[in-house]
Amino acid sequence: MENTFTTLENFGHSMSAPSYRFIPKTSEEIYEAFRLAKKSGLTVTLRGAGRSYNDAALNGGGIVLDLMGMNQIVEWDADSGVVRCEAGVTLEQLWHKVLPDGWWPPVVSGTMTTTLGGCLGANIHGKNNFRMGTIGEHVAEFTAVLPTGAEITCSPKKNGDLFYSMISGLGMLGVITTVTLQMKKIESGLLEVHAWPTRTIEDQLHSLEEGAPKYDYIVGWLDTITVGHGQIHAANYLHGDEDPEPQRTMQLSYQTLPSRLFGVMPKSLLHYLMTPFMNNLGVWGINTAKYITSLRRHTFRQSHAAFHFLLDYVPLWELSYGRSGLIQYQPFLPKETALRVWTEILALAKKRGLPPYLGVTKRHRPDKFLFTHALDGFSLALDFKVTDRNRARLNEMLQEFDQIVLEAGGRFYFAKNSETTHETTARFLGAETMARFKKLKKRTDPDGLLESDLYRRIFG
Amino acid sequence: MPETQTMIPRATPLTPRKKAILVGASGGIGTTLVYRLAREGYVLALVDRSEDKLKALCDEINQTYRETRAVPYEHDVTVYDRIPDLFRKVVADLGGLDLFVYVAGVIYFPAMDEFNFAEDYKMVEVNLLGAMAWMSQVAPVFQSMRGGQIVGVSSVAGDRGRVGNPGYNTSKAGFTCYLEALRNRLTRHGVNVITIKPGMVKTEMLNLPNAPKPTLAVTPEQAAEGIWKAIKKRKQVAYVSGLWRWVMLALTHVPSVIFRRLSF
Repeated sequence: MENTFTTLENFGHSMSAPSYRFIPKTSEEIYEAFRLAKKSGLTVTLRGAGRSYNDAALNGGGIVLDLMGMNQIVEWDADSGVVRCEAGVTLEQLWHKVLPDGWWPPVVSGTMTTTLGGCLGANIHGKNNFRMGTIGEHVAEFTAVLPTGAEITCSPKKNGDLFYSMISGLGMLGVITTVTLQMKKIESGLLEVHAWPTRTIEDQLHSLEEGAPKYDYIVGWLDTITVGHGQIHAANYLHGDEDPEPQRTMQLSYQTLPSRLFGVMPKSLLHYLMTPFMNNLGVWGINTAKYITSLRRHTFRQSHAAFHFLLDYVPLWELSYGRSGLIQYQPFLPKETALRVWTEILALAKKRGLPPYLGVTKRHRPDKFLFTHALDGFSLALDFKVTDRNRARLNEMLQEFDQIVLEAGGRFYFAKNSETTHETTARFLGAETMARFKKLKKRTDPDGLLESDLYRRIFG
Repeated sequence: MPETQTMIPRATPLTPRKKAILVGASGGIGTTLVYRLAREGYVLALVDRSEDKLKALCDEINQTYRETRAVPYEHDVTVYDRIPDLFRKVVADLGGLDLFVYVAGVIYFPAMDEFNFAEDYKMVEVNLLGAMAWMSQVAPVFQSMRGGQIVGVSSVAGDRGRVGNPGYNTSKAGFTCYLEALRNRLTRHGVNVITIKPGMVKTEMLNLPNAPKPTLAVTPEQAAEGIWKAIKKRKQVAYVSGLWRWVMLALTHVPSVIFRRLSF
């Protein structure tokens, strides 16, 4: 099996860690890596596309199993919409496969580069979390290799305890190798998108709550510099003959994001143009301009790919944040406390002179998975630029945020936050969940081989 | 939860940490360099033979900074076969590696008419072979990481074979040459290799029998400061103190016909 000592990074380029990177192609090779780890006293971390904003797929000095080598779509049934894929298959591969037959993944992230293994490990949600839940709710079955070498199959009925814990389990219980997923039937390659402005945080929360039952997807943008301004994008699938040419709009060529801006400039260079704006003044300018253009309430049609994969629109956008990258902070708050907490933390960020550069809001519903981040309420995802000078202050401020969120009954998302300590984790998960996890971990990974930098941070 | 393998605080995206290994940490320049690097916020894996001294040093540093910044690893550099496993373990404990410093060294001052193979052998083993054994683990790792710095504390004694101490001269000349070759191999991979050439440093070394009288000698603290500056500036060769650069420049240009008649 291929094995190199390489420095790996996270999505936001805020952290890097050197590791022995293995690229297994089979379950046997995965087990071989575990045996080697045990023999040499090293720990093992699972990695897909490396799109976590934090340290979930990093393991400084240890072994990283890069599962991108297991990337075959094994079986696709265009009649029932059931697909069976290896864990390293990306969302991009998946929608390319299913869309021409009139299907779409039920839950997708903001970038299509993520792998299914990673999506399950973090149990991702999309802009339809309030309606469709997390990706785990659409998994019919998965197979996994445990560090003990055992190969297991899990579904809600079979090995249910492992099903509901390995999904959301951050790859710390075993290695998911194949996933069987139910796709969603669609009748057009387009969505009808409604956009309208919001003037205050309260207005935005109200729009999300009132809008959610009426739409298939809803997402808000919050201006975090001029706090309060914002915009809602809500979208519905098109049905029946609303789309006169569904055959055409469901073609890949129709969906594919353009690779050049205005047909001239390669988009791979676009992030260089963004760099000069990635400071307080520049972001204020961009946000203000964006808000002014959003004041016009309008409705338009957009392809699925363009609506969902905003992060892929500017390739390598994350580099525009500079050498020390960015981190994301996404607290999930119950309906009752969201307004108070959002107001409080955004005011605090302003007071500290550490304003987030992007704010994205969503509506959520609870789910049954072990490390669930979702609840009946709202989330606010904030992007912060990291620099050598602000890092310590940023950490300190986010620790304060954590206390505010915890006291308001909020939750955290391990695919995103970079600051969560083990004390915070223990408080938000609760003793019972922690005990259940410990017990499962002892069962699936008795030698404690699966560990990541994230794991050491949040479980101490 | 995980069995804590180590007490070293791990880096997180918001609390990055520089990580270093120091071989030969429990005496002379090694110890003062440990203090200096700890002050810069490095987490340090300290490798040396004497466990007690190492532990005391680690305790002192960790108490000063109220967090674990130094961890002891007992190891004799001449037990070459143990190095690969130990190195892998240390890197896993630290969570990576940014800096490797080899400052282990022994010296024996023979009398003018004495030839002592046993002592020469020891010097070559510790000063040269131990360094080669460690660096042949470190170099490929830094090479594939495309980063990192390797620091070898050699000596001005390696610049010229002199009447006083053929064995020591040889060990240090070999080390200097090895470091230069390593630099030539690794620079193209983004790795910096620094050769430190201390002149005389006021350590226990100078209290040994037959030791020369201190000339242009610096304190170990000054030496550590010089080494830290070289690390910070990513230098290639640094004399400590800087004056020795000129002394050695002159000395290396003295023709053999004169040099072999000197008692220097």
